[in-house]
Amino acid sequence: MLLSIQDLRVAFRMGKVDGVMQRFEAVKGVSFDVPENGTVALVGESGSGKSVTAMSVLNLLPDNAERSGKIVYQGKDLLHADLSELQALRGKDIACVFQDPMGSLNPVFTVGQQLCEPLIKHLGMKPREAWARAEALLAEVGIPEPKRRLKAYPHELSGGQQQRVMIAMALSCEPKLLIADEPTTALDVTIQRQILELIAKLKEQHRMSVLFISHDLGLVGEIADHVVVMRNGIVREQGPVARIFNAPQDAYTKALLACRPHLGENPARLMVIDEHMQGQTARTQAKPKDPNAPVLLEVKALAKSFWLHTGLFARREFKAVRGVNFQLRRGHTLGVVGESGSGKTTMGLTLLRLHEPTGGEVMFDGRNLLTLNDRERQHMRRRIQIVFQNPYASLNPRFTVGQTLIEPMEIHKIGASTAERKERARALLEKVGLDATAFGKYPHEFSGGQRQRIAIARCLTLEPEVLILDEAVSALDVSVQAQVLNLLKDLQDELGLSYVFISHDLAVVRFISDEVLVMKDGEVVEQATAEEILAAPKQEYTRRLLGAIPRGYVPAAA
Amino acid sequence: MTSAVLPSPPPQRAPVQRSEGVWHAAWKRLLKDRVGIASLAVVALFIVLIVLTALGLVAKSWQAEVGVPNARPGFMGAAPPEAAAVIETPKGPNVDLSDVDPLAPRYKEWAERAAKLKTEEAPRAQTLPLGGDRLGRDVLVKAMKGTQTSVFVGLMGAVFAAIIGTLLGALAGFFGGKVGDFLEWLYNVFTAIPDILLILAFAAVFGRGVGSVAIILSLVGWTGLYRQVRAEFLKHSVREYVRAAEAIGASSMSRMFKHILPNVSHVIFVRMSLLVVGFIKYEVILSYLGLGVGVDDVSWGTMLAEAQSELILGYWWQLAAATAFMAVFITAFSLMTDALRDALDPKLRGLE
Repeated sequence: MLLSIQDLRVAFRMGKVDGVMQRFEAVKGVSFDVPENGTVALVGESGSGKSVTAMSVLNLLPDNAERSGKIVYQGKDLLHADLSELQALRGKDIACVFQDPMGSLNPVFTVGQQLCEPLIKHLGMKPREAWARAEALLAEVGIPEPKRRLKAYPHELSGGQQQRVMIAMALSCEPKLLIADEPTTALDVTIQRQILELIAKLKEQHRMSVLFISHDLGLVGEIADHVVVMRNGIVREQGPVARIFNAPQDAYTKALLACRPHLGENPARLMVIDEHMQGQTARTQAKPKDPNAPVLLEVKALAKSFWLHTGLFARREFKAVRGVNFQLRRGHTLGVVGESGSGKTTMGLTLLRLHEPTGGEVMFDGRNLLTLNDRERQHMRRRIQIVFQNPYASLNPRFTVGQTLIEPMEIHKIGASTAERKERARALLEKVGLDATAFGKYPHEFSGGQRQRIAIARCLTLEPEVLILDEAVSALDVSVQAQVLNLLKDLQDELGLSYVFISHDLAVVRFISDEVLVMKDGEVVEQATAEEILAAPKQEYTRRLLGAIPRGYVPAAA
Repeated sequence: MTSAVLPSPPPQRAPVQRSEGVWHAAWKRLLKDRVGIASLAVVALFIVLIVLTALGLVAKSWQAEVGVPNARPGFMGAAPPEAAAVIETPKGPNVDLSDVDPLAPRYKEWAERAAKLKTEEAPRAQTLPLGGDRLGRDVLVKAMKGTQTSVFVGLMGAVFAAIIGTLLGALAGFFGGKVGDFLEWLYNVFTAIPDILLILAFAAVFGRGVGSVAIILSLVGWTGLYRQVRAEFLKHSVREYVRAAEAIGASSMSRMFKHILPNVSHVIFVRMSLLVVGFIKYEVILSYLGLGVGVDDVSWGTMLAEAQSELILGYWWQLAAATAFMAVFITAFSLMTDALRDALDPKLRGLE
């Protein structure tokens, strides 16, 4: 056994209240083993203690953490190892790859310099030798033209390439254990697939073990041999991957498996963890949509360019969006899919004129939105609203929820008095599934899913007809994602809203959309109903997107 | 500061509990900081003193000459009687000047008129608590009155500078483009000239007086704050919460001052308190150079300017009093600023 964690407990000191030290116990007695040449996955929602567990192996926790239990690595208890012993292990025997590759690479050093540092420090190589080794490593992680890339700075690489560099760095000293903390969460699905395959390949070649941390059970099913499901700091279930997927024992594991939208079947609502654990079943039949509903939004040849300065006076046109056409009917949902950089978010912002479009028409209810003057535009703003990706950033931290909800009503003079507006705000909070006590609280007191509900409620204060959902569930955990998606469906049924749903996740888009646009490099490459796209994708690009979606555990024999 | 930028919370009808606001939480963090609280108390004492002097309850008659010139501080005791050489009375015969003195005929008349008026020389104290200046004015009272002037100049200057810097910084950071370029030029012009030269130039234009010193200092001191506020606005104006506000139809002004300003106000606040300290020191320099407050005003700076000539004669107390007052206030204010920054910056939280 390479690494054995026994009854690990981690608590964080949270400062003194009335002279008594307050502690928050993040990990409450976790035990599992990582065998040699095996992949163990830690799965759980955010706040389940999975990252804390992994980081406590090398004691990469903040100073206010207290650890107890046993972490045995090759017969030595790391919990009682001193700093110099740990530093000898860090990077050399046990290496880490983190979620955000941009944040993990130092922006002022070249890739080559950063790769050479551990080689010179841990392996005592000469600079010339280290440089050659760095080139070999980059080639190994599949970066084209490694010699040239060694001299590149991190910002010159794409997100996927940055993560490859991080992996190359982790591999540089031939570690026996690789800890990968959500290594693909910040990446596109197609890149995610490549990184997963890379990790699997390298694991075979170097005969190392991998401790893989993720919130996505579907992803884990593809890479892990052994799965540990965590929730609230305790292990709910652990076992070989086949058993976890085919015969899950714990209700929570079952719920996690059920709440992710599948490509295969398309229920009207997704399962939510709590409902599933209470043994309820989801409604299966979707309310049929009226195919002849009036067209609300019609976009013709929409284009948006940015000007990039390439020299003192020279500038180059970058076409972020070009020639987008679609129609959106009342009560329908248009899904927009594509990788990052495909122009889908720019397209959404242009619809609202948060970016000024360069060309094209947006007909909304018979009027061209792009030629309105400021007064008319202000009026139209009411009718098209947007929900942003990151619920942590889209609410003003200095406004209470009440202020956040009342502000749009004040701007647009909805409701006769403050009292009436408050009444409406409370009613909306209830509609999105929050209770009225939320009214006086600040955004930081809510979880990501709750904040996204507040953001949705803010849009609803204006009684919009079209909602643009810009990656609205992408930053959320799988289980919370299900809740928000259900809420969106319910609101659509109740209020007859039309959605433009922008996402990189085809499974989610498939669940909510009637029609799907696939975008690549600013252009629409494929446009069809959700069923058609899945059943018979016409474009190679669409097929690649579909292929990249994690499908969970698939038995090798099948 | 918040009340100016946040809409005042509407009265709550239903029993909805209102959560702890950001400022309230910062106040609670500040209460845990012992040094911060002690310095806050010292600053509060000074503020009380300033209010009392401003109302005329204390140190109203700072110009009264209550002691003998250069009276010594009480703890040193009265000055020993000077063994000054008495000018020797000339021994020669008296010369009658009456026939050449044109005023001689009126001496008698004046003596009669003087006899009708009563003059009383007020008894002058031999010692004063912290000594007296060359006119016999009480140094302690002068220092208290000087505190009012100096701190007022520092605070007003900092407030003006913060207003100028915030306004221009907000415009430059939020709009960028031509507006931003223009303001950057302005900033460059202001920072290209050495501060002291700029202050002297403005002083020549505005003349002396408490108000003009405050304006001069703010016109010179806004640049650093402007730069920082501009950077914060640049950062915040592309944040999603500002985008979201735009999407619901909030105007540029509303986005700048209602949404972004409360989120960067801690930066302005801390920067402003640092300016207060700097401005008090600048006022001292200006008054020392004779370009500061008017001759009929007293500030720490004018006291120091007077103290220079006294020190040569061995009368050190005016210098000591002004320096001690200034040192205590500025140290306390700086420590308070430090504590405020710790309390207001949530990033430093939880590291105890």
